Amino acid sequence: MPDTHDLILVAVIAVGTAATRFLPFLLFPAGRKKPDWLLRLSDVLPSASVAMLVVYCLKDVYVSEPHGFLPELISLAVVSLLHLWKRQPLLSIGGGTICYMVLLQQVF
Amino acid sequence: MRMLIKGKVLKTAFIDTLPILAAYIVLGIGFGVLMSDAGYFPLFSFFMSVFIFAGAMQYVAVSLLTAKVMPLTALLITFLVNARHIFYGLSLLERYKDTGKLKPYLIFGLTDETYSLVCSQPYVKNENKTAYYFTVTLLNHIYWITGGVIGNVLGSVLPFNSKGIEFSMTALFTVIFIEQWKQTKDHTPALIGIVATAVSRIVFGIDYFLIIAMVIIAVSLLLLLQRRKEDEHFA
Repeated sequence: MPDTHDLILVAVIAVGTAATRFLPFLLFPAGRKKPDWLLRLSDVLPSASVAMLVVYCLKDVYVSEPHGFLPELISLAVVSLLHLWKRQPLLSIGGGTICYMVLLQQVF
Repeated sequence: MRMLIKGKVLKTAFIDTLPILAAYIVLGIGFGVLMSDAGYFPLFSFFMSVFIFAGAMQYVAVSLLTAKVMPLTALLITFLVNARHIFYGLSLLERYKDTGKLKPYLIFGLTDETYSLVCSQPYVKNENKTAYYFTVTLLNHIYWITGGVIGNVLGSVLPFNSKGIEFSMTALFTVIFIEQWKQTKDHTPALIGIVATAVSRIVFGIDYFLIIAMVIIAVSLLLLLQRRKEDEHFA
């Protein structure tokens, strides 16, 4: 059963999480004119953020042993090649994920 | 109130979120199992997924709950784990500008996965776009809540070996990365994102690398934009 302390912690975590999501919108409200640097930054930020997310997902790989990085490397190659070939997101994502699961469960 | 979710929008959003469905259900189950091991009821998992709605953070939250940390500690850890969301808001200020009453919910539900789908949409302003953003956010929210409750109710029971299915997130981000790469001639920001995050991970270790990477990315992008502006000026 959650006690009062648990409820307080969940409330704090919920508010803290929402704060990180709302902060930019509170700092730069919709009605006001945004500074030039901010508009330029928001043009280039998505590319940089998605690149950051890809690397973030790979944060647990290690190169000291083959099974520490080969499943990820091979599956990333499968995703990329499938996508460059057919450009069907579900095929690329599904194919790469199945490849990774097979490598992890059967091979490495 | 007009129908918010039209059939066509729902279909597109559902297809786009299929990889997220797979991953959120399984990761949600992982969270639910942790909660059940820690002795909490499904209703509590349900409330956490409804009000926090942040994957990595909820995994951390289970250990904060069992360790009974001070609220201030929990708050600081929350900022540390979720700081990357600030980038998402900064890049969606314009896209979410005219989303009306739905705006608070769209911002509240801005997970990594929702963000990656929203920011990969062509930038056009119309009612269907807002409905699409909303549907994607809501579907993801439902997947996440469902997974957490299933995990907490059933424990670790899954009818198949799901080990590795979380790779669908990495694959999703990779596909969006490739699409963005093809749609723009300017690859410097993407390269800055990759290099800064990878180098930061290697140099600073797993705990703080993301915050440091964010600072490096923000500074590098601002310097890059500043230099381009000066070049335009003298051109």
